[in-house]
Amino acid sequence: MTIPTALTSDSKVAPPDAGKLAVPVGTGERELRLDLFRGLALWLIFIDHLPPNILTWLTIRNYGFSDATEIFIFISGYTAAFVYSRAMDERGFIISSARIFKRVWQIYVAHVFLFMIYLAEISYIATSFENPLYSEEMGILDFLKHPDVTIIEALLLKFKPVNMDVLPLYIVLMLFLPFALWLLRRIPDTALALAVLLYALTWQFGFALPAYPHGVWVFNPFAWQLLFVFGAWCALGGARRMAPILASRVTLVLAVIYLLFAFYVTLTWHVPRLHGYLPRWLESWMYPINKTDLDVLRFAHFLALAAVTVRFLRKDWPGLKSPWLRPVILCGQHSLEIFCIGVFLAFAGHFILAETSGGAGLHFVISMIGLVIMSCAAWLLSWYKAEVSKSGKRPVMAVSADLVGSN
Amino acid sequence: MRIARIAGMVVLAWLAVTPAMADSTHFCSVPAYLLSTDITLPKVEAAFKARSPIRVLVIGSRSSALSGPDGAANSYPARFEEALRAKLPGIDVSVTTDLHPRETAADVAGKIEKIMAERKPTLVVWQTGTVDAMRAIDPDDFRAALDAGIAALQKADADVILMNLQYSPRMETVLAATTYNDTLRVVAQEHGAPLFDRFSIMRAWSEAGDFNLFAQAHSIGVAARVHDCLGRALSKLVIEAAHINPNELEVR
Repeated sequence: MTIPTALTSDSKVAPPDAGKLAVPVGTGERELRLDLFRGLALWLIFIDHLPPNILTWLTIRNYGFSDATEIFIFISGYTAAFVYSRAMDERGFIISSARIFKRVWQIYVAHVFLFMIYLAEISYIATSFENPLYSEEMGILDFLKHPDVTIIEALLLKFKPVNMDVLPLYIVLMLFLPFALWLLRRIPDTALALAVLLYALTWQFGFALPAYPHGVWVFNPFAWQLLFVFGAWCALGGARRMAPILASRVTLVLAVIYLLFAFYVTLTWHVPRLHGYLPRWLESWMYPINKTDLDVLRFAHFLALAAVTVRFLRKDWPGLKSPWLRPVILCGQHSLEIFCIGVFLAFAGHFILAETSGGAGLHFVISMIGLVIMSCAAWLLSWYKAEVSKSGKRPVMAVSADLVGSN
Repeated sequence: MRIARIAGMVVLAWLAVTPAMADSTHFCSVPAYLLSTDITLPKVEAAFKARSPIRVLVIGSRSSALSGPDGAANSYPARFEEALRAKLPGIDVSVTTDLHPRETAADVAGKIEKIMAERKPTLVVWQTGTVDAMRAIDPDDFRAALDAGIAALQKADADVILMNLQYSPRMETVLAATTYNDTLRVVAQEHGAPLFDRFSIMRAWSEAGDFNLFAQAHSIGVAARVHDCLGRALSKLVIEAAHINPNELEVR
């Protein structure tokens, strides 16, 4: 890996001593915890995209309000701010903004590529699958009769098939990253306050982006930007300043209590018998827990989860270097590629399960094979990038491309 | 010798277990937890106690019906009626349908008051969510529509059972059923209405190998059998939730 050396070689932005608990600005080492959890989020997203099976019970959405998407967006904000803020120091605002837009273009192309695969699968189902039991559900494929509209709406990011909502959100968030970074680097706390304000206004006035053919974006960028900006704010020194808060016992107790509460509430969804023990006033106040607009309960759940994790999983934990976690960490280091491979594998897994009428056993095997393929692909990408930078040709470019490629 | 003995034991063990297995796994049986509920159906219970007619109205979309000449007779509302009549001899049971293809929960909720004034059922089975999922209606709006609809049903003095989406494994990449099923479950709990979890029940059948819901089928055969099983499962839920003891009828 070239990144650690690249980071150590330059500590201009990095404040010299990050707090003990704080996440890592300036310690010079690549923050493996970020890679670990982003990799984990990618694995969980992949598992959640497959039909429910045994592994689904391992995903965190069954144990609380938030799920892998929160982790993914927060860490993406964190790493993006980390990388591009450094770029702004080195090359200036214009050049680094251009690099961000290049990245946005890559994500857009990846999204369109996935859409093509999706269209291929759906078209196949539409022409080869017929069952009078599902005549109503098949009606949803009617959009294939209007490719002129459907494809254009997809290119405009308005038509988004199931499970393809994260990349469009990411595109919009990245598009506004130059502006957000510009603010965050000058007036970090005001910038964060503005993000909170936009979030509050979204809840008040219902800002949303329209989707095709009906409704709004599944992940509302006006609300989800809060998590992204908060990640960026943490990367630019916020985490260090929050270190005393994170270290306090009160925070820990509050976080644990909230996590237990969320766990109990989630349990009532799966075990209806427990439902009677949930006060009605609490229910009417709490529900619905809105994922589209990043419900406060979800955001708080993510914060509690992060607080507990940061406290107990130190960044010098030797386990981070263990070969067992290596696959997850590698996946986290190549998130865009691995995310796309994960979405593709989920489509492919669906297809195999449908073609073979596979049972729970095959389902489990497919999930595991998917995780192995994702890990192998991540390893291959790391190897390739290491080789390219070893060849010594324009090392600076190779390094920066690597950094960009890693958020 | 030893191998033969072991093989013999295995065969014996298998023979000992098989009848028990055959006994416990009826075709398209539903796991007990999917049909047990703490919520009651007081109106149906009262009607049964008084031996007065039980009128059920199924409000739904196209997945509550089958096409073809025998479609109506094969679909689950008709099979449900037959199952309920068989279980409650002597009781006047009628099941009618009021289907609204291509209409969302909000569209239907707006018409409920009028429907109830005309039909005056004891129990309404509201099958909903499919059209909303297909049109990706905002889950909040879907929930609000359910709230309004159930309130109107309960105001018209009827028991309510909610029915969720079908399990359609082939469509999982296109149709996001989870959100709508989750909303239906929560709303049902809040309003004290039993949920007929059609999705989980059909998935259980698919996993048990009772039906191959992945395969394509040109004839109505599989669909008719699925609907027959759905109708019977629904009758079990009604009997359980209304605390009906069919043995009371036999005594008389």
